Amino acid sequence: MDRRTPLARARGLGSAKEGVGHWWAQRLTAIALIPLVVWFAISLVMLSGADYATVRAWIGSPLVMILLSLIIAVGLHHAQLGMQVVWEDYTEGGTRVVMIVLTKFIAVLFGLGAIVAILRIGLGA
Amino acid sequence: MSVANRPVNRPLSPHLQVYRLPLLAWLSILHRATGIALSVGALYLATWVMYAAANPRTYAMFESFNTSIVGRIVLGGWLFSLFFHLCNGIRHLFWDAGYGFELKDAYRSGWTVIVVALIATVVSWIVGLRLV
Repeated sequence: MDRRTPLARARGLGSAKEGVGHWWAQRLTAIALIPLVVWFAISLVMLSGADYATVRAWIGSPLVMILLSLIIAVGLHHAQLGMQVVWEDYTEGGTRVVMIVLTKFIAVLFGLGAIVAILRIGLGA
Repeated sequence: MSVANRPVNRPLSPHLQVYRLPLLAWLSILHRATGIALSVGALYLATWVMYAAANPRTYAMFESFNTSIVGRIVLGGWLFSLFFHLCNGIRHLFWDAGYGFELKDAYRSGWTVIVVALIATVVSWIVGLRLV
């Protein structure tokens, strides 16, 4: 039985509204991350013990620039979607809002920072 | 024995302090825990790339933590988290598509996830540290 007031329903605070978009985005990013994570894990194992110049040459190669930007962007998006659910489950009220907003800000900040860094290495800026 | 004195033998609710969690519950908890760990790990990965864009000395500082004992343990834990979350995530995607819901299948896929994640972690360590 739906106990919400007509106003609450009209505002869309309930099931099958924005939650579906969140659910789909989490699945879509999960599927995209399967090949990316496998590639990255293998690359990292191969790079283990590599020096500064080798790491930079690896990051700066065109294919790696694309894949590394992708895994960081898609990975951070997937992470912030998941962390949002964690905050929603264990916190409430003001804390919940602040933590979710903070999580999203940090994800964007680190994502952009990493992509600028990749471009600087790859383009020699 | 009167009815009132008979020992109480009602089923207990699955309260966390008296209930031994089944494998499937542990896997569910571990999926969330590794997800949180990997969220932090993603920030660490972004930081690594930013350090690589800085000068060699700053990068060497960052690298010296990674190659220390503590760094190795953290990275090893991160690698296991990555493999576990990857394998269990694929298991979740199958559930989302409507497959593998039978208890027998859920246990089988659960054990598969644990074994594959552990093997992948150990192989990564052996190859990564150039032990072979």
